[in-house]
Amino acid sequence: MTDAAKQEPLQHSNAQQEADRPTRSQWRDVWDQFKSHRGALAGGMLFLLICVGVIFGPLVYWNDAQYLPTGRDFIKLRDMRPVYHGLWDPSAKMNWAYPLGTDNLGRDTLARLMFGGRVSLAVGIAAMVLALLLGSLVGVLSGYFKKLDGLLMRLTDLFLALPLLPMILVAAVLFRESLSKSIGPEGGVFVLIVCLIGITSWMPTARIVRGDVLAIKEREFVLAARSIGTKPGKIISRHILPNVLSPIMVSATLGIATAIITESALSFLGFGFPPDFPTWGRLLNDAVDRMTLFPERVLWPGILISLTVLSVNYLGDGLRDALDPRIRGR
Amino acid sequence: MNIKTLLMGAIATTALAPAAFAERGSDGQVNIIYWQAPSILNPFLSGGTKDVESASLVVEPLARYNSSGELVAWLVDEVPTTANGGASEDLTSITWKLKKGIKWSDGSDFTSADVKFTYEYCTHPEGGCAQVTKFEGVTSVDTPDDHTVVVNFGAPTPFPYGPFVGGESPILQKAQFSECMGAKAPECTEANFNPIGTGPFAVEEFKPNDVITFVANDQYRDASKPAFSRVLFKGGGDATAAGRAVLETGEFDYAWNLQLAPDVIAQMESAGKGKAVAGFGPLVERLMLNNTNPSPDLGPDDRSVVRPHPFLSDPAVYKAMSMAIDRELLVEIGYGKAGKVTCSWVPAPEAYAISPEGCNVQDIAGANAMLDAAGITDTDGDGVREKDGVPLKILYQTSTNAVRQDFQALIKQWWSEIGIETELRNINASVFFGGDPGSPDTFQKFYADVEMYANTFNGTDPQSYFGNGLCDKAPSPATQWQGENISRFCDEEFDALHAELSGTADMAKRVEIGQKLNTLVFEKGGMIPLVHRGRLSAHANTLGGIDLNVWDSELWNIADWHRAE
Amino acid sequence: MLTFTIRRLILAVPTLLFISLVIFLLLELAPGDPMAQVPLTVPPEVKEKMRLALGLGEPVHIRFWKWLVQFFWIEPQVLLDHYFGTTFSEGDLRVISWQTRSPVMDIVVQRLPQTLWVVGTAYVVAILIALPIGIYSAYRQYSWFDQMGTFVSMVGFSVPPFFSGVLVIVIFSVQLGWFPSIYDTTLVVDSWDSFVKQLQQMIMPVMVLALQITAQLSRFMRASMLDNLNQDYVRTARAKGLSEYIVVMVHVLRNSMIPVVTVIALGIPSIFGGAIITEQVFKVNGIGQLLIGAIQANDLPMVQTLTFIFAVLIVLFNLIADVLYGILDPRIRYD
Repeated sequence: MTDAAKQEPLQHSNAQQEADRPTRSQWRDVWDQFKSHRGALAGGMLFLLICVGVIFGPLVYWNDAQYLPTGRDFIKLRDMRPVYHGLWDPSAKMNWAYPLGTDNLGRDTLARLMFGGRVSLAVGIAAMVLALLLGSLVGVLSGYFKKLDGLLMRLTDLFLALPLLPMILVAAVLFRESLSKSIGPEGGVFVLIVCLIGITSWMPTARIVRGDVLAIKEREFVLAARSIGTKPGKIISRHILPNVLSPIMVSATLGIATAIITESALSFLGFGFPPDFPTWGRLLNDAVDRMTLFPERVLWPGILISLTVLSVNYLGDGLRDALDPRIRGR
Repeated sequence: MNIKTLLMGAIATTALAPAAFAERGSDGQVNIIYWQAPSILNPFLSGGTKDVESASLVVEPLARYNSSGELVAWLVDEVPTTANGGASEDLTSITWKLKKGIKWSDGSDFTSADVKFTYEYCTHPEGGCAQVTKFEGVTSVDTPDDHTVVVNFGAPTPFPYGPFVGGESPILQKAQFSECMGAKAPECTEANFNPIGTGPFAVEEFKPNDVITFVANDQYRDASKPAFSRVLFKGGGDATAAGRAVLETGEFDYAWNLQLAPDVIAQMESAGKGKAVAGFGPLVERLMLNNTNPSPDLGPDDRSVVRPHPFLSDPAVYKAMSMAIDRELLVEIGYGKAGKVTCSWVPAPEAYAISPEGCNVQDIAGANAMLDAAGITDTDGDGVREKDGVPLKILYQTSTNAVRQDFQALIKQWWSEIGIETELRNINASVFFGGDPGSPDTFQKFYADVEMYANTFNGTDPQSYFGNGLCDKAPSPATQWQGENISRFCDEEFDALHAELSGTADMAKRVEIGQKLNTLVFEKGGMIPLVHRGRLSAHANTLGGIDLNVWDSELWNIADWHRAE
Repeated sequence: MLTFTIRRLILAVPTLLFISLVIFLLLELAPGDPMAQVPLTVPPEVKEKMRLALGLGEPVHIRFWKWLVQFFWIEPQVLLDHYFGTTFSEGDLRVISWQTRSPVMDIVVQRLPQTLWVVGTAYVVAILIALPIGIYSAYRQYSWFDQMGTFVSMVGFSVPPFFSGVLVIVIFSVQLGWFPSIYDTTLVVDSWDSFVKQLQQMIMPVMVLALQITAQLSRFMRASMLDNLNQDYVRTARAKGLSEYIVVMVHVLRNSMIPVVTVIALGIPSIFGGAIITEQVFKVNGIGQLLIGAIQANDLPMVQTLTFIFAVLIVLFNLIADVLYGILDPRIRYD
């Protein structure tokens, strides 16, 4: 089915690189290819923008995410509509000091979105990276080394079968106190959530990577590399990994979204961050009941989660193309 | 002749009209939704509200509470009292006279043997009956004849209406359950899922944790009732969806216990398909104050066991904390018309309630002044007051629930304005309310300074509920953390008053003592009551006969429900 | 391949036993109490008695052994009795749920139809939509179709069902009144009318679920197709003069299926597992709702049995995926 005439592309391009342009590094090539990918560039910019917004936004923005007005202010400031609402309903309660309005307790929505973004992005990215590392490691090892395959795949089966909720309960009981003692209550919950999401979501990645590795390691170029005495570690890092990058990238993009949403589900069930600690998922979740009354409260966190996932997706697309020597060579 | 026929005709129409109007099963099907799904129809094996209420369509008690909290005869001719001779003068026995002619839905006769059997079934030591406290103090149940039941108590019992009264203690059919005694109780799936009862409906199909279909009971004692021929009883989902199905889409006729924010309810009601109704029992949302030291530095045997709390034991602190709270706002945010401001631990029956001055107003300045006067000031300039060098930092926990989290955020803000720093924690309800002694997060262990939840009692007599404030009921490792005195409140005066209450039969005197107990707990730092919560249920505009009852099953009068125009 | 399959099947037995032990210990360790949902008005001593009546007083290893016997020895007998009218299981104690005090397997059997109907249909619909989208998006990379597909599937994936489910209910049930917001599990399909009713109540949950699965599957399909479209063998095939259809649909597709097969195979056990949130939102009350309810009520026998059934399915479908790898790419050898 696959033609035997296939050359080993990576070796080829490396050889060419050493011969023709010794000054150009491989990463320079990657960057050049990445730049030419418009979607990736746009995705990257957007992602950067979101990150900058949530990291530096709260520093310049005048409202505090956790401040609650009290007394008479409370009635005055709660349930404020976003300023653009005035376009079609000028009588609505709004104030330029609260550009996206306030929630039912009078907390500023924009401040909460920015603050929540920090947590959600941090959880999403950290958990995704952890899951990806674990998944790729297990997948590559079990695909490449036949001896490890049985054991690692049974381990994967075990993790797939474990019910998430009781596992979280056990972890919370075992580790929460000691973690919050050493790194504070919020830090402790963060580490706990990241680890839990990470170790409960690496299995599909591992299975997918293993499947691809099984196929790729029978290809001629791997055989060639092995026959010239390349060490397994080298074969994996130079020949196998670059070729299984695309499923890993897809897992990464989907992983961020899953992690952000899983976090909200955990908070919803009472295993997450303290209740006054906003995250995008929780903001979305809390607003669902009042969806028809205050659509902006579901729209904004929803849009932000989607935008993050979209931008990471395009970023991943570009990275995959850039890292793929066959495309880059053209 | 002419006049005679006319008269005959008139008599015939008056006689026929009500009969034609209320014919059994003439109104078709009624759809009820409970967002917690019933898992068993034997209330003795579960005790969950959802199970007790769904079963109340089928099995009935001898007497039950009506919507204003009064006892009404149900399967008996009258409620026995000392006045009518039904209860003995020495308060050690009461005699129930069963109504004649009542039949089980399988056609057999309802007799006193069934009542006696129910007592034996629930008090069997291996049965694990959830309602066994209903039979506390009962030494024997005698059945002199088929329609007489005598309940004997071991000691004088001023309030003998525990056994066979209310939805939690209905009568089971002896013939059906006689093989299901003790350890065999859980194996009787068929009986537990399809109990035979005397109620207006009989089970057609029971799908555990999902849906129940009932059909009208042919043998029901009132030939014209129930008006509905079928009941579809759906369970599961969440309160929002249940509310939506009744108030917005009109798919269902009745939704139980809608714990939703008032603006959400109001928006759903505006669709015009139905309305929400509220009723008030003794349920109170409160902040429990830990009277012991919950510091994690203490060992497992001392944490939340040794007294006193480093700063919560100071009256200035807990009074200031209470003054800083705007209860009216909490009611408006969280419960709307299903909530009332209260400072009473037992707010209902109303006679027991107290209303200390200043309960309904927030006074941040006053709270600050009180703390300043007590010498609890911010000495190191970090915005948090210290008492004897201990900063006023509070861990405030509750179960996971949208309204409770809103309350937490508000109260945290108010306390921050009087120089008290608060850390919030919410815990999954199944862990928080579970009694697992291995978990650090249960409400009994109370590894926090303040915790919030709601509690209530059954029936109208608060004596045993007041007992939850007794010194020796405090949970500790020695009792496997069991015990109802969650705040570890301990006061000699309270204990003495409670002992006095147990020996008093005079109603006016009981109320007076009850008010004193209420005041003591509030003044001496046992708890900070927040909101007197009602039960909010919704019904479609086309459903008539609803009389929301918080003292008994909400579906207590389903036989009278009918289709309205 | 056959010896491989047989060896794996035999190996699955100790694996599954081990998994069941781990699940059991995990549930044992987790805090929680089957009495948590009993109202606070029931005193602790009574709750303690109820716990003992559930058999919680016995040591852990005895309870595990009892569960093993009940699940592997008594339940199969019950099945035999059911089909052949024999009486092997008479008088034996089956796996009993703590919530309902009834046999766990009976409830599972009762719940399976609605879960298979809804989640299974959603899965089939999703595969039917996702594969063509993935293939065409990759073939016409960066065309407007591809961009649209990416956009829709990413938004679809990042919008959680607790939001999208309520959104479609608000639109189609509350505003338009087209579909019921609550799934009727008592509906019996025996006529055209009831079939239409069944369709109406299935549409919303199926669509919400299918959106999620489609998003995921089409991304993997597209990425994998892209990888292969750039391979040299494709150039060779085209140079050989094969039609474009044959090149893409036979050569490229077959080579691209490995990650997709994994995703599909991993997803099938989850069909039986139901969809927890979607089932909750639409009140489908299938297996997913059963599991979450059992976890919340700490109904350990129910949780243990359900998760173990999932474990069996997971092991089984992973094996099937492995066998399919070998069929799709004959170079993959396991022996």
